[in-house]
Amino acid sequence: MAHLSLSQVGISFRRGGKTSEVLRDVNLDIAKGEFVSIIGHSGCGKSTVLNIVAGLLKASTGGVLLDGKEVNAPGPDRAVVFQNHSLLPWLTVRENVALAVDKVSKGKKTRSERAQWIEHNLALVNMMHAADKRPAEISGGMKQRVGIARALAMEPTVLLMDEPFGALDALTRAHLQDQLMEIQTRLRNTVIMITHDVDEAVLLSDRIVMMTNGPSATIGEILPVPLARPRRRLDLVEDATYVHARAAVLEFLYARHAKPALAA
Amino acid sequence: MATGATLTATRARASAKARAPFITLAGLRGIAARILPPLVVLAGFLLLWEVLCSSPTAGLPPPSRVLTEAWDIIVDPFYDNGGTDKGLFWHISASLQRVALGFALAVVAGVLLGTLVGQSEWAMRGLDPIFQVLRTIPPLAWLPLSLAAFRDGQPSAIFVIFITSIWPIIINTAVGIRNIPQDYRNVAAVIRLNPIEFFYKIMLPSAAPYIFTGLRIGVGLSWLAIVAAEMLIGGVGIGFFIWDAWNSSHISEIIVALVYVGLIGFVLDRLVAGVGVLVTRGTSAA
Repeated sequence: MAHLSLSQVGISFRRGGKTSEVLRDVNLDIAKGEFVSIIGHSGCGKSTVLNIVAGLLKASTGGVLLDGKEVNAPGPDRAVVFQNHSLLPWLTVRENVALAVDKVSKGKKTRSERAQWIEHNLALVNMMHAADKRPAEISGGMKQRVGIARALAMEPTVLLMDEPFGALDALTRAHLQDQLMEIQTRLRNTVIMITHDVDEAVLLSDRIVMMTNGPSATIGEILPVPLARPRRRLDLVEDATYVHARAAVLEFLYARHAKPALAA
Repeated sequence: MATGATLTATRARASAKARAPFITLAGLRGIAARILPPLVVLAGFLLLWEVLCSSPTAGLPPPSRVLTEAWDIIVDPFYDNGGTDKGLFWHISASLQRVALGFALAVVAGVLLGTLVGQSEWAMRGLDPIFQVLRTIPPLAWLPLSLAAFRDGQPSAIFVIFITSIWPIIINTAVGIRNIPQDYRNVAAVIRLNPIEFFYKIMLPSAAPYIFTGLRIGVGLSWLAIVAAEMLIGGVGIGFFIWDAWNSSHISEIIVALVYVGLIGFVLDRLVAGVGVLVTRGTSAA
């Protein structure tokens, strides 16, 4: 049985008597420790898929099973790294991570164990130097790192990332991707990442889920990326498997499923 | 890049050291620029008042006569001859106690009701129209009703303060709660905060800037209302003091009391604003 499985997931929104179907028949099985990216044009409902897995949205049809149990509410076993970091501005970096850790592992860890665990996760994303700063005082890349630390600190079964590096400049993004890969090698988390960046998807994923355009979007194709790990950005530039995977995704996105508005 | 930053920092520090005496002078000049204009205007105003009211037939005393006539109550605000014959300090402290009690009740009830209205669509639909009507009722219009209900001046005055200051607190809190970003709600949902934790860990800090806007308006309104209410209910209090002075034709004492009322109102406003700045340090920098 798959670790995480989405079966016949569909969602419709009603607005003023009009019903619009955003997703239909999304079927996806994810194995433990697998890194899966979901890519598609903006507005295709890829974030909606993630929100359904997170439990923040309820599917209209079908459902999500995690280790055989149905997902119907948000929870720390499916920690989310939000697109715009979502740190609480009135708390320091450490307090932001502590809010999650103290709530999630209350009763499981003693006070000193929790404090240690907070420091450990801040160190994991190299944010110890700014632990007492508030989010307004650190850069966008640092905020996203804290967001990742907060999510990892919840010890999630599945880590959900919603375009985690979308708002960052290219250099910071590459740096964080490398850090994420390094953390992933160590922790072997199951990860679902939403992205619109083809290189990011190929570099990080074991499989790339490509979504068709909405309305009624669904999975168009799933591409395995059989690249050995650890992966190094520079080695991959001319790697045949990498180049081929990249071409396949580009072909899907721009030839077969070009955005209607752009194709017209 | 790090080296560049260090260099700039060093240079900035060096130039700051070199310019230090000038900064002090400029700072002094800045303070003078802020304090002098109001002093000049005040002096001009007092002079004009002195000239206009200097004729013996004038209805109001000029400032010089206010000083001589009311000198006793200015220099000794702490006397207590029993009954209502007390110094200004005692009157103001009685008024402040009423405001403190009424305002504190309004803060608690206002923030809770505002949270309810901001959080629940149905509570808003049900309560908001009623609030919008009730908040237009002038403070003193509540006084007869509260006297009838409480049969005593003291709780009635406190109720008037409460009912006057609660509306801006409710309305601003509700707006603040409605403006909590969905992101914060999602974070709370993922870590499974219970409603009480959500209230004090997410709602209150997130809505704090709005809440403090409401508190500032509320405390201003309470101070406006207490003076009027005390004129009617009597007893010890700055409002009664003013009314008593009017009945004994001590116009100079009224003027001194008004200066006190204005200064205290200003201090109350600054106090709430100051606490707000302290509490919302993080939030407003978002």
